[in-house]
Amino acid sequence: MQGLVPAATDGNMATEFHNLQELRHSASLANKVFIQRDYSEGTTCRFQTKFPSELESRIERTLFEDTVKTLNNYYAEAEKIGGQSYLEGCLACATAYLIFLCMETRYEKVLKKIAKYIQEQNEKIYAPRGLLITDPIERGMRVIEISIYEDRGSSGSSSGSSSVSGSTAR
Amino acid sequence: MKNCEYQQIDPQTLQTPTPTPPPHLHGKESKQREEEEEEPKRPRRKWEVFPGKNRFYCDGRIMLARQSGVLPLTLGLILVTCGLFFVFDCPFLVIHLTSCIPFIGGSLFVFVVITLLQTSFTDPGILPRATPDEAADIEKQIDNPGNSSYRPPPRTKEVLINQQVVKLKYCFTCKMFRPPRTSHCSLCDNCVERFDHHCPWVGNCVGKRNYRFFYTFIVSLSFLTAFIFGCVTTHLALRAQGGKGLVSVTAVELVICFFSVWSILGLSGFHTYLVASNLTTNEDIKGSWSGKGGEDVTNPYSHKNIFINCCTVLCGPMPPSLIDRRGFLPSDESAQTSGVDIELPSAPSKSEINVCTQGTKGLLESATRSPLITTSCPQGKPQAAHTCPDISPAMNSDPSPEVSTSCGARHIMISHGDTSPQRHTKTRSKRSKRAALHIPNPAFDVPVSPTSPDAGLGSKSGAHKGASFAPLH
Repeated sequence: MQGLVPAATDGNMATEFHNLQELRHSASLANKVFIQRDYSEGTTCRFQTKFPSELESRIERTLFEDTVKTLNNYYAEAEKIGGQSYLEGCLACATAYLIFLCMETRYEKVLKKIAKYIQEQNEKIYAPRGLLITDPIERGMRVIEISIYEDRGSSGSSSGSSSVSGSTAR
Repeated sequence: MKNCEYQQIDPQTLQTPTPTPPPHLHGKESKQREEEEEEPKRPRRKWEVFPGKNRFYCDGRIMLARQSGVLPLTLGLILVTCGLFFVFDCPFLVIHLTSCIPFIGGSLFVFVVITLLQTSFTDPGILPRATPDEAADIEKQIDNPGNSSYRPPPRTKEVLINQQVVKLKYCFTCKMFRPPRTSHCSLCDNCVERFDHHCPWVGNCVGKRNYRFFYTFIVSLSFLTAFIFGCVTTHLALRAQGGKGLVSVTAVELVICFFSVWSILGLSGFHTYLVASNLTTNEDIKGSWSGKGGEDVTNPYSHKNIFINCCTVLCGPMPPSLIDRRGFLPSDESAQTSGVDIELPSAPSKSEINVCTQGTKGLLESATRSPLITTSCPQGKPQAAHTCPDISPAMNSDPSPEVSTSCGARHIMISHGDTSPQRHTKTRSKRSKRAALHIPNPAFDVPVSPTSPDAGLGSKSGAHKGASFAPLH
């Protein structure tokens, strides 16, 4: 019904699903870390790359900084003011901005790329370490929220088992 | 009780009855049972529980400020004046002058109306309020040890932007430090990015996302009024030459246009200056970067080049709306009809384009399923709107037992956090009633100088506007 991708299509994915499901069922939310915005270059979207102390035992500093720097680069690309954005702006003005109703703006395209990137980072790097990054767009582009999960170590609770069996069955 | 503020709900949404189970059964179990018994209930969209004072139409596609009182007047004036022009002046002028007059007038008129509606109906750049976790984190960072009574966090934080010290203020309603150039509009009860002013004539705030529409509107309106004024004057002159009498209707148009032209031209000129120096009305009136008192302050946002400033402001990339109006609330949160005034965003979905995620736990689930959802939920705005309803009920039925247990804690957080915003909202609503019509700087903790707003903004029509506008020149 929900059309889960069968595990056979991608071996890696199956492993990652397995990791995430394990995480979900054996972990509880312990803490959340918020990476704040860095306004030193103005109002463009940038996040601080300072490594929070709560994550010290959880993830390597370089991995974290890479993630934040890549995100910053994506946002810089979205907000870049150059030839293409001028063209988009002038065309939009000429059509009384009606093309915004039909066309997907460059910003939105980059946001999709960011969402995909974050999901990929979650699956490959953060979930195996019991962390989860929330896309900043869901927090009004104010913070990158990283949820820290504590491993309960016990078997999955009954509330989760139905969806486990449900998802593995597909 | 808070729900009654969100009036003007599109009748289409009323297919979904507000939860009918008796109050004491108000809970996830009854809601789920209800959902399972009836055919899949339409999940509530986020605009229905939006905490700001906004009105939503067309199922969240269109938004307006709560107080949109003068927008009908603006529209009416434009429509009436143009209507009279086309009916009474165009025929005469087509005969005696040139036949392209109606075309020019018509295209200007269409341009004006479209940009006006876009200014009014677009999200100006509202920042969603902080989630309870975020708010708690901020308060922890600005920890006030030893204070027994609840003291609000310190109000300001300083950042260095392009070697300029900028103070960021803490917004008590939205529970966050406002980004630079963001201001809280007391009329709309929202923090708006790059806040310019709240314009009653368009019935909305003017901020980052709709400033270009607003600017195009006033510039094209200046052209339109100047054009009509010129045509009407020509018409009267030709009539006088021809020995015919004055037409009273034309005289009415003349009067309206005469006063409009000066005020709107002045307003356009003022905003052109603002665009060229990358300032907002708010900053200009507060004198944030004017270097008063001999301090060496410059506008840190300006690119020091008029052309680049103009291009940045008017032709820059169009940022997305941060309040996900049309996203769906998760089933457990939609059960809280009256309770949730604030943080719906603990379980948001990003936008129509993105997949329907459901909070952090849900994110894990969706991370497991999202490759599937991206395949089944084709990307693209119109399609997402169709597929999401298919997916969320499906998701509700499966993970709902789990989501409900995991979100149980969130219920408590939300209900606790409920009281203070209500308090703030009530005081703010009282303040807004006392507020003047023109409020370029409605940040509630900054006094508004009564004279400069009128001088700075002018108005669209009326005799007194012309007079009050004089000081600017």
